[in-house]
Amino acid sequence: MIKVALIGAGKMGISHLSILGAHPDVEIVGVADTSKMVNDVLEKYSGFKTFTDYKKMLDTVKPDAVFVAIPTKFHADFVEELLNRNIHLFVEKPFCLKYEQSEKLAAIAKEKKLINQVGYHNKFIGTFDEVKRIISGGHIGNIQHFLGEAYGPVVLKKKQDTWRSDPEEGGGCLMDYASHVIDLLNHIVAPINTVHGSLLKPIYSNKVEDAVYALLETETKISGVLSVNWSEETYRKMSTSITVIGSEGKIISDASELKVYFKSAKCPTGYSKGWNVKYVTDLTEQVDFYLRGEEYSAQIDYFIKAIKGEVPNNKNTFESAAKTDKVISLIKNKKNNA
Amino acid sequence: MERILFGDNQFFAVNHISDEKSRAQSIKFKEDKTILDTIDIARDLGTETFMCTTHDRIINICEMVRQDPEKYKNFSIFPCMPYAHKYANAVTELGIVGTIQQYVPGNFFGTMFKGGLAVMSKDYISIMELMVDAEMKMFKKINTPVIFLQNVVTDLLLGLGMKDILKAYHDYVIKKYNVEPGFITMNMPKLLAMLESVGIENPIICSSINKAGFRMSGGMEIYEKTLREKQVRAIAMQVLGGGAIPARDALEYVCNLPNVSSILFGASSKQNIAQTISLIHEFDEKKK
Repeated sequence: MIKVALIGAGKMGISHLSILGAHPDVEIVGVADTSKMVNDVLEKYSGFKTFTDYKKMLDTVKPDAVFVAIPTKFHADFVEELLNRNIHLFVEKPFCLKYEQSEKLAAIAKEKKLINQVGYHNKFIGTFDEVKRIISGGHIGNIQHFLGEAYGPVVLKKKQDTWRSDPEEGGGCLMDYASHVIDLLNHIVAPINTVHGSLLKPIYSNKVEDAVYALLETETKISGVLSVNWSEETYRKMSTSITVIGSEGKIISDASELKVYFKSAKCPTGYSKGWNVKYVTDLTEQVDFYLRGEEYSAQIDYFIKAIKGEVPNNKNTFESAAKTDKVISLIKNKKNNA
Repeated sequence: MERILFGDNQFFAVNHISDEKSRAQSIKFKEDKTILDTIDIARDLGTETFMCTTHDRIINICEMVRQDPEKYKNFSIFPCMPYAHKYANAVTELGIVGTIQQYVPGNFFGTMFKGGLAVMSKDYISIMELMVDAEMKMFKKINTPVIFLQNVVTDLLLGLGMKDILKAYHDYVIKKYNVEPGFITMNMPKLLAMLESVGIENPIICSSINKAGFRMSGGMEIYEKTLREKQVRAIAMQVLGGGAIPARDALEYVCNLPNVSSILFGASSKQNIAQTISLIHEFDEKKK
């Protein structure tokens, strides 16, 4: 059994905790949260040991691995402390506020050979995985341009401020929503290293942007557009999609449906010239416990398997998350074409 | 419970395989009247139970139903609560405590929390009960023989091992509404084991059951074994496996499983509704 503890029992933390609770190879040894009420409920109804001081928890329960699901601004300090204690880490996205911090932590984790993963769950979605496979196989030829989008109904009117509306704490549409798309583009297309211009627009929020639009370029000189808006009420929930245009074809994919067009019959097995449509139902592996999408269970299972040495620690590493943080900072620096 | 239950995903742009189809559905069912007309098609074909999430738009549907008691005298709704996206989006914005403060009726929780008073176990259960009551308001005077807990909540509690809250929900539905509690889940065998552990016998559990094994967590074999060997009133949903299986094969499979009391399906057109209902009747007849 892998002894796992959680720091931060908010929306993501509790979701992770539930999936971990059902995992046959995991023993939950402790939960640390600042909310007395949340701790109280978890003690009373789940029987977990809870703590308000995470260091006290680490000293007491000595976990093999910790899930960190606290606001991003705390990640750098907490993660460094945890790495120094030789603990395997799963950290929620985005990784750190400053990419220099992310790079430093990635280096420590690597040096100490600790399993490290960040919660960019899109990489565990069957359609996006298939997009990666098609592109890596060169099946749509040389990539010319991409479009990465995400829309959803998070902020639909002016409301009270929380940490999510504070840019200093990692709030805002860029950190919360756009980070997913950037991370996916880095993974599927190529690492982005140039931002030619960006617009960070408030719609309802006072202090942060509710929409992000940017012109991007990868290190392999592929151009692309990022369009993300979390004040979009025509969507029922977050919807992420990517379009990739290549010399031999084109792909349009979201989390449920993959559409790919091949200019010629030179395409992978199971596809043919012209338009092809595949659904996530055909591309998704069964999970043992389902809470809110196979990908959330799959990413946790992958992390546990990596600790057990059954899979390589090469998905959503701190290193790849640091690259995403770097693009976020490039977009901020080019804000409104400063 | 009726053998065939009519579902609501098609009305609220829930499509597991295509965002484009979702959008087309949103456009088609823009008017509440169109939704009720489609429910009427299913009713005319003998399916008098509508199983739906506690979406805001159901408030209007219920209002229209109340206005014509004669027409809807045999009609029932199986409410499924809560409409999770409403809360999930709120939690993203307001956090957990903020969301509870916004949605738990009255300021009982607000004053208690701000005052820093100790919260007793019974108070947490009261919060759950208040939330159930808030969601049930829209169904006033409508027959609701089974009230379901949505899968996101059921499965969250299941993973967290919060069996006492599942039991408290179960008991409250019986005590307050004098109807049957039901549970929707994506982890039917695990849930059944947990419900049995708190003394709930032969529960109503709605879960994905289909020939493709889609969303049958842990695998089809354990589902089939559970249906064969355990006591459960199962409702099969997602019988088409997200569109992966042709209707005839799909329905033949679920109709022939033991302990599947009801089949839940959703469709937008008269033709698809009629086809599904007649196929279920056909396979049920063959079984006799």
